[in-house]
Amino acid sequence: MSADDTGTPLFRGPSWTFDTLRRTHDAIERIARDELGMDPYPTRLEIVSSEQMLDAYASTGMPLNYPHWSFGKRFAQQEMLYRKGFQQLALEIVINSDPSLCYIMEDNTMAAQATVIAHAAVGHNHFFRHNEVFRAWTEADTVLDELRHARNFVMECEERHGRAAVEEVLDAAHALFAHGVDRNRNAKHPDPAEVHARLAERRRAARDEADELWLRTVPHQAGGGAPDPEADERRALGLPEENILMFLEHHAPLLAEWQRELLRIVRWFSTYFEPQRQTKLMNEGCATWTHFEIMTRLRDKGLIEDGAYLEFLDLHSMVVAQPTFDHQGYSGLNPYALGFAMMRDIVRICTEPTDEDRAWFPDIAGNDAPMQTLRHAWAEFRDESFVRQYLSPKVIRDWRLFQLVDDREAPEYVVGAIHDEAGYRNVRRALADQYDPAVLSPRIEVTDADLRGDRRLYLCHWVEDGQQLDPLEARRVLRHLARLWGYDVSLVERDATTDAELFTFRSDEF
Amino acid sequence: MSIVDRRQNPSGRNLGNRQRFLDRAKSRLRQAVKDNIRARSITDTTSDERVVIPSDDIQEPVFQRDAATGRRSGVLPGNREYQSGDRLPRPSGEGGGGGSKASEDGEGEDSFAFTLSRDEFLDLLFEDLALPDMLAKKLKSVETTRTRRAGYTTSGPATRLNMIRSLRRSLVRRAALDRPGAAAIEELEHELARLESGEIVPADGRAPETRIAELRETLDRARRKRATVPFLDPIDLRYNRMESQPEPIAQAVMFCLMDVSASMDEDMKGLAKRFFMLLHLFLARHYEQVEVVFIRHTQRAEEVDEQTFFEGRQTGGTIVSTALDEMLKIVAQRYPVEDYNIYVAQASDGDNLTRDVEICTRLLSEQILPIAQYMAYVEILPQRDRLSLSPRRESDLWKGYAPVADTHPGLAMRRIADARDIFPVFRDLFRTEGAME
Repeated sequence: MSADDTGTPLFRGPSWTFDTLRRTHDAIERIARDELGMDPYPTRLEIVSSEQMLDAYASTGMPLNYPHWSFGKRFAQQEMLYRKGFQQLALEIVINSDPSLCYIMEDNTMAAQATVIAHAAVGHNHFFRHNEVFRAWTEADTVLDELRHARNFVMECEERHGRAAVEEVLDAAHALFAHGVDRNRNAKHPDPAEVHARLAERRRAARDEADELWLRTVPHQAGGGAPDPEADERRALGLPEENILMFLEHHAPLLAEWQRELLRIVRWFSTYFEPQRQTKLMNEGCATWTHFEIMTRLRDKGLIEDGAYLEFLDLHSMVVAQPTFDHQGYSGLNPYALGFAMMRDIVRICTEPTDEDRAWFPDIAGNDAPMQTLRHAWAEFRDESFVRQYLSPKVIRDWRLFQLVDDREAPEYVVGAIHDEAGYRNVRRALADQYDPAVLSPRIEVTDADLRGDRRLYLCHWVEDGQQLDPLEARRVLRHLARLWGYDVSLVERDATTDAELFTFRSDEF
Repeated sequence: MSIVDRRQNPSGRNLGNRQRFLDRAKSRLRQAVKDNIRARSITDTTSDERVVIPSDDIQEPVFQRDAATGRRSGVLPGNREYQSGDRLPRPSGEGGGGGSKASEDGEGEDSFAFTLSRDEFLDLLFEDLALPDMLAKKLKSVETTRTRRAGYTTSGPATRLNMIRSLRRSLVRRAALDRPGAAAIEELEHELARLESGEIVPADGRAPETRIAELRETLDRARRKRATVPFLDPIDLRYNRMESQPEPIAQAVMFCLMDVSASMDEDMKGLAKRFFMLLHLFLARHYEQVEVVFIRHTQRAEEVDEQTFFEGRQTGGTIVSTALDEMLKIVAQRYPVEDYNIYVAQASDGDNLTRDVEICTRLLSEQILPIAQYMAYVEILPQRDRLSLSPRRESDLWKGYAPVADTHPGLAMRRIADARDIFPVFRDLFRTEGAME
């Protein structure tokens, strides 16, 4: 509508209609595309009730999901928190798909809806479409199909094999959820259908090979090379393997075909969420910066009233609240807040650099192209590299960031680097490490499988900095793992630097 | 851009999942509760119940690092005064290095244990069970009354005077009427005395006489006020109000009768014990007080304590009616029928003197069943019969009781062959619907 640019507010008062939603969305998208140069997927706004929002929340934000009791558990927890008023509902959920689905709640005021559209339908959505990690790991146009398949397949299996049998596999697979991704390989998936076919083919081949190995009773003795049969086996299994779920899917001897498919489904979910795990800070930072910028521009154009803008500011300041570490409400760094601060800082460095910025960021300081710089950062980095690249001394100072070292052998915590000349680089390195996916979850590999003896599966946890596994949880997971593998499982904890064996868990010991 | 209104879609997409979760938690809980009742004394129902659920069922374990091991660093916001190299004490509640190393000793810590209150425990244990005594109760419609506290009243006997309430009222009234306290008067008197003795002079330079006259008048007024406004006025008084409320009889007596003749071995007694224990738990949930009377019999019957009942040894023949007689005697002596709900649980292997069966039957139908709310007869099958496939011949006692049970809904009979049977049989006996028809 041409009225948009004449300074007539897009909406008045708190209540929304489909018409105001549409007009506001269009105005926001126009700003995003024309002024900020952003390029999100087309959006589908889905209006839901708070009850439905709670539902979506519990099933990990997916518009549809397979049935499982753990989602019910999460739902019960969320519902309790929400009903008792400990926690507000998320204002939005956005699905990384093409077209992107953006859930907005009917109870929100129009100002909140506008914020949500700018935040999710533009900010997150642009990030999903352009960020390298998302592009490498997920296929936006097949997400909904995959979800539908997962749901139908699980329900079909429940009908055919019984709920208990399906849950046994899913429970075990969920325990290994974080170990279902190929972190080290580039997971570029060209065409999922092709991938399926290829995977099935590879799976069949791998199993044939393994079967053959098992069936072989007379090892090759002839020839001067004296081939090592164990090395052959290891090669057939592709060991060592970090993707435990995939290993089990392909090589667990006793699983039926439908059980393998269940593992693949869980692995798909794990892969779907992997980019979100790796880019939480940037993703939220991008969305928060975007909604702030767009809402402010709308206000400057007279397209939203001061009242609505004030309401937005209230909402925004809630989102970017960061209690200090000694505050009662402290629960870690708020990705919305830190991400927002860093995005603003990048804009500042581009437009009003100080001498310090020129020294630290010679290639972007004063380039006067803040949007281009931001879009580049959003596209090419993940949290870990983003912090390593862009965390400036000014943000460290403003946030008074400091590093605390906790050595369990020492009686006290030690303060490492602080926000001073000597500490900036160390703080930055420490924070970047904190976002490194390799540091986030323990590194566990399948190292060996005894295919001719008791068929025991061997795993290794490479212990970094002496951080061993929680024994209770480890045993529980191992029990699940043994259920999938079908035979006993051992997990050795080895120091990653000295290779010293620290501890061994065995599934048959408890 | 498109807008889709999903509000009309059914919500509660997660209800199914939620139900799955609840089912999972609950069935494990129920199982754990049943396991729990194995090893306990009959009357030990006071303690809370620790129930252990195998953790796999509702937990979602993942490989995670143990925070009590190794070295880690974190970046925190909001530094105020720390310099690099400062040492901070660990927050209390965290142990030093080492922490919880993997301990291999058993399933204990590997399970999810929590404590149910006694009521929650019993609720789960006796879910959908009810006392089968409604009919008998109506017939007797015996109610006792009992006094309960019910707020406060302005009149009553001196013994029910509520000091705190009364003095609070008095304090309010005295404050409102500005009654001078003893300390205030004493202070005035003291000042007056010192003025009169010339020890002090008024600070504002007035003549001491003026001040003395003024003080006298103030003092006089204060004394008069103190006399007219009493410390405790009858209108201050508050009494505890008691109300008598009708109450159903809140006590029960449970008779445990057991044949301890040589034909009952330890194993069979163990089964009987568990059954008695369940019954006691069940009754204790419904009545404030449940007394248990143990009567054992061979060819003679006697009342004994719990330990002797289960562990004592005796040899002799079997005359069941002696136990019934003994029970009736005890009822007559100590448990007036108007005041007690009477439950009888009899455990036996079914052997009896043939001519005694008739006596028993008569005692049951003519004397015991009319006064008892409910009588449960469980026949413990001896070990040798448990595995046999051929149907067991009916015991003498069973044959005698069966016709009585047909005509009297207050008598129920079941056979127990194995510990596994006990709970099902028990549930069967007290099932909410059907059992009484």
